[in-house]
Amino acid sequence: MMLRTEPFVVNIGPQHPSSHGLFRLRVTLDGEVVKDLELVLGYLHRGIEKLAEGRTYTQNITLTDRLDYLAQMTNNWAYVIAVEKLAGIKVPERAEYLRVIIGEMMRLSSHLCFIGFFLNELGAYFTPLFYMFRDREKIIDLFDMVCGQRLNYNYMRVGGVSHDIPEEFVPALKRLLDEMPRLIDEYEQLLSGNEILLARTKKVGILTKEKAINCSASGPVLRASGVKWDIRKVDPYSVYDRFDFEIPVGSVGDVYDRYWVRVQEMRQSVRILKQALEQLPKGETKAEVPFLLRPPVGDAYGRIEGPKGELGFYLVSDNSIAPYRWHVRPPALLNLTALRELAIGWKLADAIVIFGSLDTILGEVDR
Amino acid sequence: MTVMEQFRNWLAGAMPDWAAYILAFIVGVVAILIFALVMIIVFVYIERRVVGRFQVRLGPNRCGPEGIFQLIADAIKVFGKEDIVPSKGDFWVHFLAPIVTFVPALMIFAVVPFHRGAVFTDLDVGILYVVAISSISVVGIFMAGWGSNNKYSLIAALRAVAQAVSYELPVVLSVVGVILLTGTLSLNKIVEVQTIPLFLLTPLGFLIFFLGTMAEINRSPFDLLEAESEIVAGYQMEYSGMKWVLFYMGEYGHALAASSIITTLFLSGWKGPLLPPFLWFLIKVLIVFFIFMWARATVPRLRVDQLTAFAWKCLLPMALINLVLIAAEVIWFPEMLPWMMVVVNFAVAGVLILLWSRLFALGGGRVEV
Repeated sequence: MMLRTEPFVVNIGPQHPSSHGLFRLRVTLDGEVVKDLELVLGYLHRGIEKLAEGRTYTQNITLTDRLDYLAQMTNNWAYVIAVEKLAGIKVPERAEYLRVIIGEMMRLSSHLCFIGFFLNELGAYFTPLFYMFRDREKIIDLFDMVCGQRLNYNYMRVGGVSHDIPEEFVPALKRLLDEMPRLIDEYEQLLSGNEILLARTKKVGILTKEKAINCSASGPVLRASGVKWDIRKVDPYSVYDRFDFEIPVGSVGDVYDRYWVRVQEMRQSVRILKQALEQLPKGETKAEVPFLLRPPVGDAYGRIEGPKGELGFYLVSDNSIAPYRWHVRPPALLNLTALRELAIGWKLADAIVIFGSLDTILGEVDR
Repeated sequence: MTVMEQFRNWLAGAMPDWAAYILAFIVGVVAILIFALVMIIVFVYIERRVVGRFQVRLGPNRCGPEGIFQLIADAIKVFGKEDIVPSKGDFWVHFLAPIVTFVPALMIFAVVPFHRGAVFTDLDVGILYVVAISSISVVGIFMAGWGSNNKYSLIAALRAVAQAVSYELPVVLSVVGVILLTGTLSLNKIVEVQTIPLFLLTPLGFLIFFLGTMAEINRSPFDLLEAESEIVAGYQMEYSGMKWVLFYMGEYGHALAASSIITTLFLSGWKGPLLPPFLWFLIKVLIVFFIFMWARATVPRLRVDQLTAFAWKCLLPMALINLVLIAAEVIWFPEMLPWMMVVVNFAVAGVLILLWSRLFALGGGRVEV
């Protein structure tokens, strides 16, 4: 007897435990197998790019906090780099080092969040998430110490940072850095060799090198596919050329590699932070910048290696106090474009895990 | 003679036989219900606190000393909820599903020996009864998934059926090993016959039974029916208020029943030195439940095809080999020293597990569409 079957359309989201914000996946299922998958974006659109055109260059820093809300200060950083390029401002050395320190701490915090949520998507009952949040909390306490905020920091300024770090910051960070490698080892012991994790992630959702480059993926997603591309090395900004660190590269490009690359990056971040603390010079933390900045007519593209990939800001100035055009290159959106191709043919559970492994933050995708 | 029979005879001295029979029956049922419900509450409390500790947090500790009244607060909240039936759902199927899921968990306790002779009915086919009753609850889950008219629930319902069909076989085969060793189907006699705990004599059977039961009661890592990251709440999606509580209690009721059965079959039930037998029974049940909690707090979830593959390719062949091994030992070496048997069976179990972990790897699984 032949049974009549028909595809089964399931909406995952906009409200769903693993949608990382407001996001809808329209999945066509054949039993458990994903036959087709459609991304429905825009639930979190706030018109930030348009809003920015009506605000001054300094006011816009606070808007960048609202993009990727798990890595706020790297957004600040990419934006101020673009403005500094546009206006030709030289940043004091101490400010550059502070930016590197803050940026690498942000990367640690963002990757910790990734591992926690990723394991939750794999079905671990919140345990890794709580461990990761315990450690993220320590980093956030340090941010609190630096700028008095815990979520929307608004710390970077055009020409430097808003104010110097307090005295107790450096010893506290050193304590954290001494502790961090041990904690990462502990997580790797629990997670990286876990049979179920390996069964769920190895060879699942393979993004080949060519496809990764074609869909203009960046960051850990690109590096997991075996492309050695890190803006910190290939186009060093700030003072990254003074540090000694490696770029972890995956070999297969599966979900496991994306997870593994991020864990290794955390170790490298700790390495960079240690060197930055040793080299941290004394001096000014902010260049003299006029209150109402009027950059000369022109355009500039500032980019950094954010925790999620190449984060870029494209600014056009018409010599007024507000940018004429303010455009973001969000790594999460461009990485997300690979999802459809990756998820088709896998089970529903895999589609969720592949989506999680791309580390998407919807605040950045929809803007 | 069991405690129930003694009680009935004692009552029969004062009243007609039929009245004694009914009264003894009611008293027994009430006692078991109280035990099961109290233990379910204790389990829920313990799980919330212990999993909290696993997750570097405290767990509920505000309501009463050490948070023991938290459940009462939760219960009051849940009783006040509106009972919602999906407008396009099947009312009767939706209504009956929680009952069909919860009641079998309680029915299992009819044959569980809690103490020396303390068993509600000492059925001669106790194990068959347990196997039969424990597979009814999956019907309730399927009814819930079907009657809710919700796509997530339907996926969960189909997964439930696949899971139950796959794991029933290895579980039953490993139970046959126990029957061969003890020579009886009555749970009461199985405990009495066990001079050393059976998990030592049949380690592989114990492991298979443990994993299979974990899958049957949908504990993590086999909790695909309520896989939050995929199908949100699964079959419980459209349930609220009292019906949802029945599912919740059913989940812990099945965990309690499974722990009791594992204790009875493999951990020599109420037997133990010094402490009173009933206390030993409780301690062993809690140890088994602790391992359930431990697994839940530690490991991620398997995928649906890996789950069934694990049952068919891993547990089932091992259960068959285990059965043949025990049958051979029972037939050809009946006077084999128990400790000799322990050594041989542990060695065989170790070799088999090593072999399977080398030969058999889960993973991959893309389907061309």
